[in-house]
Amino acid sequence: MLSFDVLFPSVLNGLTTGAVYALVALGLTLIYGVLHIVNFAHGASLMVALYAVYLLKTRAGIDPYAALPLVVAGMFAFGYALQRVVINRASHGKDENILLVTLGVAIVLENLALMMFKSDTRTIDTAVTLATVPIGPAMLALPKAIAFAGALACCAVLLWIVGRTDLGRAIRAVAKEKQGARLMGIDVEHVYAMSFGIGLACLGAAACFLLPAYYVNPQVGGGFVLVAFTIVVLGGMGSFAGALLGGLLIGVVESIGGLFLGESLGQIGIFAIFIAVLLLRPQGLFGSRV
Amino acid sequence: MRDAVGIAAFAAAIVALTAWLESGVWLTFLMMTLYGALLAQSWNLLGGFGGQFSFGHALFFGTGAYVQAIAQVGHGANPWLALPLAVLAAAAVGAFVGALSFRYGLKGSYFALVTLAFAEVFRILALSVGFTGGGVGLMVPLREGAANMQFGSRKGYVLLVLGFVVAALAVTAWLRRSRFGARLQAVRDNEDAARAVGVDPFATKLGAIVLSGGFMGAAGAFYVQVFQYVDPAIAFGPHTSVEALVAAIVGGMGTLWGPLLGAFALHALADLTRNLFGQLPGLNMVIYGTVLVLIVMFVPRGLAGGGASVRDAWRSARRSAGHRDG
Repeated sequence: MLSFDVLFPSVLNGLTTGAVYALVALGLTLIYGVLHIVNFAHGASLMVALYAVYLLKTRAGIDPYAALPLVVAGMFAFGYALQRVVINRASHGKDENILLVTLGVAIVLENLALMMFKSDTRTIDTAVTLATVPIGPAMLALPKAIAFAGALACCAVLLWIVGRTDLGRAIRAVAKEKQGARLMGIDVEHVYAMSFGIGLACLGAAACFLLPAYYVNPQVGGGFVLVAFTIVVLGGMGSFAGALLGGLLIGVVESIGGLFLGESLGQIGIFAIFIAVLLLRPQGLFGSRV
Repeated sequence: MRDAVGIAAFAAAIVALTAWLESGVWLTFLMMTLYGALLAQSWNLLGGFGGQFSFGHALFFGTGAYVQAIAQVGHGANPWLALPLAVLAAAAVGAFVGALSFRYGLKGSYFALVTLAFAEVFRILALSVGFTGGGVGLMVPLREGAANMQFGSRKGYVLLVLGFVVAALAVTAWLRRSRFGARLQAVRDNEDAARAVGVDPFATKLGAIVLSGGFMGAAGAFYVQVFQYVDPAIAFGPHTSVEALVAAIVGGMGTLWGPLLGAFALHALADLTRNLFGQLPGLNMVIYGTVLVLIVMFVPRGLAGGGASVRDAWRSARRSAGHRDG
C-alpha cells in the first residue's frame, strides 16, 4: 500500500489541487490581512467566476486559458465595486455586520446562479481536457499540470504586486496602520476596494485553471470556503508565503487522506490539522503578516 | 420582574393564539418561527451576552438531534427520557469545545472558525460511523401520542417549542440580572479589565457555551420529533448555524426579545417571498439575502436595537422639549 508507485501519483495530484487551493486562499488572506474581513462570500465569488468561464466557453467559444485576462479583469471590477458600494457602506465598521453582509452577498449570488442556471452540474470540454503528461511513474492530467504552473505564476505576480509596486506599498501600509496611512495621504477606502478586487481577481484566475478539469454548480463554492480558511489559518492569516505552502500541504493531505480513508472520511485530516493549528499555533506556521 | 411579566404575557398570548388558530399553515408558521427563535436565543446566550461568535452552532444542534434519534431507534427509549439526554449531550459537547478553545485563548474570528471546523468534523464523522446510519440518516418510527412526544396536531408541537423558548427567555432574563450574567457581559466588553477585577473569564465563557449548547441540543431534539428524520447534512450542515446567528444579529444581540423579533421577521420574509415567487427557484432567497444586507445597512444595531435607538431619540426629544418649556 505504501509503495512509491501508489503514493507518488497521489502526492502529485495533491500538489496540483493544492496549487489552485493556494490561489483561492491567497485572495482570502489578502482580504483578511488588509481589511480584517472574514469574507464569507469568497466561495460564492469563485462560483461566479466559474460560471463566467463556463459562459465564455459555451456562448462565445473562448477557451478558458484565453479567457484568463478577461475573467481576472471582470472579477477585479466586481470585487472593487462590491467592497466600495455594498460591504463598506453596510458594515459600519463592526465585525458582526461585515460577517452578515458577506453572508447576505453569498446568499444572493448563489441563488442568482440557481435562478439563471438551475441546480445542474455543468462541465466544459476543452482541447486539453483528456490529455495527460507522464511525470515519473505517474500520468498527470494536462489541465492539472497547467493549473499547477498557472497558479504558481499567479502567486508570483501577486507577490510582486504586493511586494514591489506602489499599490503594494499602500496595501501593506493600510494593513499595518490604517490611521497612519491615511495621514500619509493614502486613500484608505480605495486601497480597501483594490485589495478586495485583487482578492477576487485571484478567484478569476483560479476559475480559469479549475474548470477544464472540474465542474460548476450554484453550490460549488461551499466546498472551497472551509478548505481556503484552513489554508489561511495554517499559513498564518495575512501571510502570502504561508497561504502558498499551506495550500500545497492541504492538497497533499487531502489526497493522501482520501487514499487511505476514502473520499468522505479523508477530508477529516484537513479539519484535524485546522483545529490543531488553531489551538496550538493560531498565528499559523508562518507567522509573518502582510 | 418586568421581564417575568413580559415573558408570562408572551407565553399566554402564544397559547391563546395556538388555541384560536385552526389553519395548519399558520400553526406551522408559528411553530417554525418559535423554533427559529429558540436557535437564535441559544446563539444569543454565547454570542450576544458572551461576545463569542460561533459559526458552528449546528454542532450542538446535531448532537442533540442524533442523541434524540439514536436513543429511540437504537435503544427504544421514550422521547421524553431521550430529551434530557440530548440536552446534556449537547451541553457536554459545548463544554468540550469551550474548554479546548477558551483554554487556548481563541477569540474573534479564530473562535468562529474553530466552531465551524468542529461542526464539519462531526458531519464527516456522522457520515462515516455506523451508529448514525451514515449518509442514509435515521428515521424515527411513527408512534403518534403525547406520551411519545409525537402530536397529531401541530398545536402540540407549538406548545412544546414554546416551553423551550420560554425557558430560554427566562435564562436570558436571568443573565441580565444575575452576577453570572454581569461577569459574562464584563468579559464580553473587556476581558482584561474583567480579569483584573477578579472575574475568571475561562469559567465564565465555559458556563455560557454549556448553556448555549444545551438549548441548541433541545432544538435538535425538537427537530427530530417534528420531522422524524435526521441525516448528517441536516444535523451538522452550516444551514442551522447560519439561521441561528442571522436571526440573533438581525434581531439584536445581547437583548432579551431581539432573537425572537429577528426570527419572526426572517421567517415572515422567507415565507412571504416563497409564496410570492416560489415558482422561480432562487428568487425568494435572492430577495432574502438582499433584505438581510439592507437591514444591516440601515438598522446596524438590530431590530430590537433599532427600536431602542428610536426610543432613545424620542426620549431625548421629549427631554429637550421639557427643557424648552421649563
